[in-house]
Amino acid sequence: MQANIVEAVNDALHTEMAADERVLVFGEDVAKSGGVFRATDELLDAFGSDRVVDTPLSEIAIVGGATGLAMYGYRPVAEIQFSGFLPPAFDQLVTNASRIRWRTRGELSASMVVRMPYGAGVRALEHHSESLEGSYAHVPGLRVVAPSTPADTKGLLTSAIRDPDPVLFMEPKRLYRSFREDVPEGDYTVPLDEAVVRTEGSDVTVIAWGAMMPPTLEATENLDADAEVIDLRTISPMDTETVVESVQKTGRAVVVHEGPRSGGVGSDIVACINDEALMYLEAPVERVTGFDTPVPLLSMEDYYFPHPPQIRASIERALSV
Amino acid sequence: MCTDSLDFDLPSVLLVAKDNVQRRMANKRSTDPPIPPEPAEYGGEVKYLSQSNVDVPTHQLVTPDGTYEKDAIPALDPESFRDLYRWMVTSRVFNRRMVQMQRRGELGTFGSNRGQEASIVGSAYTLQPDDWMFLGRAWTAMFIRGVSMTDMILFWRGLEAAQRSFAEHNSQIAISIGSHLPLATGTAWGIDIEGEDTVSMAYFGDGATSTGGTHEALNLAGALELPVLFFCQNNQYAISMPFSKQTKATTIAQKALAYGIDAIRVDGQDVLAVYDAVANAREHVRRGEPVFVESVTYRLDAHTTSDDPTRYRDEEEEAAWEENDPIERYQSFLEAEDLWSGIDHDAVVAEAEDEFDAALRTANEFEERSIDDVFRYVYEKLPPELQRQLAEYKALLEERPEMYDYIEQRPKG
Ligand SMILES: Cc1ncc(C[n+]2csc(CCOP(=O)(O)OP(=O)(O)O)c2C)c(N)n1
Repeated sequence: MQANIVEAVNDALHTEMAADERVLVFGEDVAKSGGVFRATDELLDAFGSDRVVDTPLSEIAIVGGATGLAMYGYRPVAEIQFSGFLPPAFDQLVTNASRIRWRTRGELSASMVVRMPYGAGVRALEHHSESLEGSYAHVPGLRVVAPSTPADTKGLLTSAIRDPDPVLFMEPKRLYRSFREDVPEGDYTVPLDEAVVRTEGSDVTVIAWGAMMPPTLEATENLDADAEVIDLRTISPMDTETVVESVQKTGRAVVVHEGPRSGGVGSDIVACINDEALMYLEAPVERVTGFDTPVPLLSMEDYYFPHPPQIRASIERALSV
Repeated sequence: MCTDSLDFDLPSVLLVAKDNVQRRMANKRSTDPPIPPEPAEYGGEVKYLSQSNVDVPTHQLVTPDGTYEKDAIPALDPESFRDLYRWMVTSRVFNRRMVQMQRRGELGTFGSNRGQEASIVGSAYTLQPDDWMFLGRAWTAMFIRGVSMTDMILFWRGLEAAQRSFAEHNSQIAISIGSHLPLATGTAWGIDIEGEDTVSMAYFGDGATSTGGTHEALNLAGALELPVLFFCQNNQYAISMPFSKQTKATTIAQKALAYGIDAIRVDGQDVLAVYDAVANAREHVRRGEPVFVESVTYRLDAHTTSDDPTRYRDEEEEAAWEENDPIERYQSFLEAEDLWSGIDHDAVVAEAEDEFDAALRTANEFEERSIDDVFRYVYEKLPPELQRQLAEYKALLEERPEMYDYIEQRPKG
């Protein structure tokens, strides 16, 4: 089946809801209107109003409620309409969801998914454009996942729903409808916690995820060197092994992310390279990131997130040493 | 707050403040409820406190068919009566032009408030320039306090610069629903400490009343007895969610009672009733009692220009509310009062259109901004790390002009 990312989300939800009665889908505008991006389209017709629920405008109750449902044995998939509206519910992720297994010494867990579109570039209003995965990755016990392709979206979301622990599933909304590819029908999973090498190469390692994958791949086209491009897919806990092995091979690395630089995931990647591949490095690790500023409103938002020439400049700098 | 602390020599400005504080303190709760509470009676069956026992009246002055009682009409001068009409029409014209522009790709997402004109204009008309105002969809209220159409166009085109003028008029637009209610409570706290003769007002929707921040803001305002006016426009929908599913409460007004805050429910299609209710509420608020107003109205257009209401509401319902038009109802009142002869409807529309055209021309001339604008105002002084990020980016733009192939791909403000 050919699908774009938003259709892949929809397909994964259909398939998992059909396979497991414990899967519930809820959030603002998800049922009757099918979600503002249509990610939950037609689920209401297929599974009824007990399993596909429009909730009041209550992020705290959506995420906290999902946690309680999960403790009770359900497998909630909650939608936060835009990532900028997760912060009120951050408390529930930090205080409860991520700690249920820990707090109850394994007696209970929160097998739940919080899905949300993230990232800039769709001409939205304030609070609709941030990439704060760095903040969420800082919460122990929480998985943070960001797919970049339709097939991965289906496979990772399916794994996330089946996973016994809470997963924050960040969907790159700029890519929602930007391309289609073949997505396996029916039961299909992609393992969590495993990065994937998108293109193999021996001269430089470029690490990215989510909405930054297309510009990163574009930046490595027609390069006078062989770049190895890693798609992290699960941001936390991170597959440091794949990263380190690649850097040990190439001796050079560039990290690309959309979120602010300071306290960002890039800093962690550089630290893990320092820990385990410092002696293999032939150049300092480069970071291409958003700025340490709020994402500008739409008229200037293009300036905020990395573009291919910018990524390419960093790759060339790493190669030039 | 302790008034004793003000009992020493004060400059005259502060003496006025002291008066205000004392006036307000005199109105504050004088007796605490008895602890433990005395039951009214002993024995018998378990009694429920239920919303069906709470009588929530709706304030209305002019009925949908245009009848009214002369004595109940607020004592406004003829020019003010006409002003209310002009503002409602101006709001509607602005909405229509903005939706058209969005369809032509000359604007980002836009949130129309067509249908809510009486609710917004009637309430905003009671406010004073120094009052604080936090809002979402009710941006018409900002025109009434002097914000220009140009700045409003620029805002919806995603230019931060417009927000400075909003702030100069003590107003802000909140995009995160409900996030502004604690701000209204906080500014009211400041007003209270300073003893200023002003109020802070938050406009919000029925959806916002489901957020935690709203309830915490109400509770703090009640507990500290702060001069804040909570104005909820129950426009029946929060995107696709109808009010009947947003909450099991039959009215929003009753929610205020749990926080010890008095509430008014008003017919939001009746501009005079809204004016009357909010003017009255503002007087209470000035005296240090927070007030909650639920204005019952309807959002006629889509939630925003990216929404499709046919997915969740039927034409019959929309038609019924189109019939319940606040501007037409007010026109019939003006006619009955012989005030209508002083209004040239076509001229009011033409004037609003002209103002819009001029505003758009100015907005279109807004100069191209630079990357510096992204870094300005993050902190008062640009920290060294941000200076470095900015310098790095500028160098990159020089070095790789092909960056503009990616940056310039959309129409600009
Ligand atoms: C905290 C938060 N959650 C979700 C959204 C997305 N959203 C934007 S407007 C809206 C509905 C708002 O309804 P209501 O509060 O009734 O105000 P109205 O727009 O109807 O005036 C939603 C869910 C948001 N902006 N903020």
